[in-house]
Amino acid sequence: MPPRSDGPEELSITGDDDVVRVRQLVRTYAQQTKLSLVDQTKLVTAASELARNTLIYGGGGFARVEEVNDGRRAGVRASFHDEGPGIPDLTLALADGWSSGSGLGLGLSGARRLVDQFDLDTEVGRGTVVTVVKWKR
Amino acid sequence: MERVPILKIGGVLLVSIQIDLQDQSVLALQEDLAEKISTTGAHGVVIDISAVEIVDSFIGRMFATIASISRLFDADTVVVGMRPAVAITLVELGLTLGGVRTALNLERGMKILEQVRRDA
Amino acid sequence: MTSDAGHAPRLIELLRTNTESLIDKWVDAVAVLLRGRSTKAELESDFKEFFAVLLPLVGTDGRDTSRPEFAEIRSLLEEYSRNRVRSGFTPSETASSLFSLKREVFGLTEGDEDPELFRQVLEFSSLLDALGLLTFEFYARAREEIIREQSEQLLELTTPVVKIWEGVLAVPLVGTLDSARTQVVMEKLLEMLVETGSEHAIIDITGVFAVDTQVAQHLLKTVVAARLMGAECIVSGIRPQIAQTIVALGIEFGDIVTKASLADALRHALRRDGVDVVRREVV
Repeated sequence: MPPRSDGPEELSITGDDDVVRVRQLVRTYAQQTKLSLVDQTKLVTAASELARNTLIYGGGGFARVEEVNDGRRAGVRASFHDEGPGIPDLTLALADGWSSGSGLGLGLSGARRLVDQFDLDTEVGRGTVVTVVKWKR
Repeated sequence: MERVPILKIGGVLLVSIQIDLQDQSVLALQEDLAEKISTTGAHGVVIDISAVEIVDSFIGRMFATIASISRLFDADTVVVGMRPAVAITLVELGLTLGGVRTALNLERGMKILEQVRRDA
Repeated sequence: MTSDAGHAPRLIELLRTNTESLIDKWVDAVAVLLRGRSTKAELESDFKEFFAVLLPLVGTDGRDTSRPEFAEIRSLLEEYSRNRVRSGFTPSETASSLFSLKREVFGLTEGDEDPELFRQVLEFSSLLDALGLLTFEFYARAREEIIREQSEQLLELTTPVVKIWEGVLAVPLVGTLDSARTQVVMEKLLEMLVETGSEHAIIDITGVFAVDTQVAQHLLKTVVAARLMGAECIVSGIRPQIAQTIVALGIEFGDIVTKASLADALRHALRRDGVDVVRREVV
């Protein structure tokens, strides 16, 4: 069954303060969906990492947040879109401790551990879309 | 950008984070603290994060950085009041605080600094 | 009146003009069926609401009740079924409430020779069948919810976090640990550390017979999380079989303090806090 979506909301990510705004938006959705406090925190933290990636590595872009339902349970889906250089080596990018920037290299791999679903769509020269979902327990 | 205030209580600098930290604020805090430690000669830094709802890798790294900076000035750092949900998330994220001392609350944090100072 | 839709009004007309007597009979029939466990007044208000929402649907077949025009009746039925579950009615009693309306409608149209009306009544009957089945679905879903709630409550009951000394908490874990339960208990433990300002937590697994990788990982993560918060965990009472599993699974317990018994763990925690337990000299 295709997930039901409830009015997705979008936020552009062009500066530092947008990362904070994305966190707050994701938090609102997570509370609305009644995720547990720990799950809320995990999702918001993942969103923070990914929004920063969009800003730093993708040269900015936007985030889209929405409530989803797969028929059995509710959840929150957040996706991060940029039109940056893309990721040439995925295995490397998803490995712990690898970073092309100044980070700790926990951004992608860490975010992946914090969520239930993690999809990465990237093309060199075209951009990257990372989509994560956290389901209600 | 909002700046995090730094209070001086005796020989200890107290940083109580009450805002949703953006990366610029984190960097500014690191600079401000380095400046403050060197001018005041403080022997300890307490970072109170009991009001902080999320710590991501950037903020987490700040703790380790502040601890290293203060060590250069012979001061100790204690991070206090981390919420359970934040701690669980950090563990899942795979982030360690690089040997930064932690305490349950401000009171315990101050005690730890006293003790370290006495033992030294 | 040639088109199919054009014929529908005959039944609708009948239902509309006889609304009150129909609902009365329907309420009576269901009240007998439920043997007084619902008052007539309750049933009447429920059924009136149903009927009002049901009327516009007459003439639609019930093959796809997920269509938007069914939204209202779906939510009514969902609420109705949920209440039935909470009040201890069976699923067939719940569905029969709807099916009972059929008999009353048959009674109303009995003796009428109009084949078109007959067709419409049949169609109405299958619509009610579909709605009746929906109540089954909602009933089952509501019951699942209750079971989930109860098992969560049970979890809270069976895994107490107790304060055994100033600054020392203990969680005696008993039985089979699954991943979900361990996670809940560990979250509660961390919450309690903050609430009570305790710097020591003893996780006693004397009563635990088996540990799998996931459970062991949860335990480990809890210990690390507690440390990040400024507290120390001690794991006590590891049975020999569990010790073997831990080693066989290659789980690194690292620098986590482990003690043979809860008593040893408590002594360790107290010593760390600078408390010595000494036996008083008896004269």
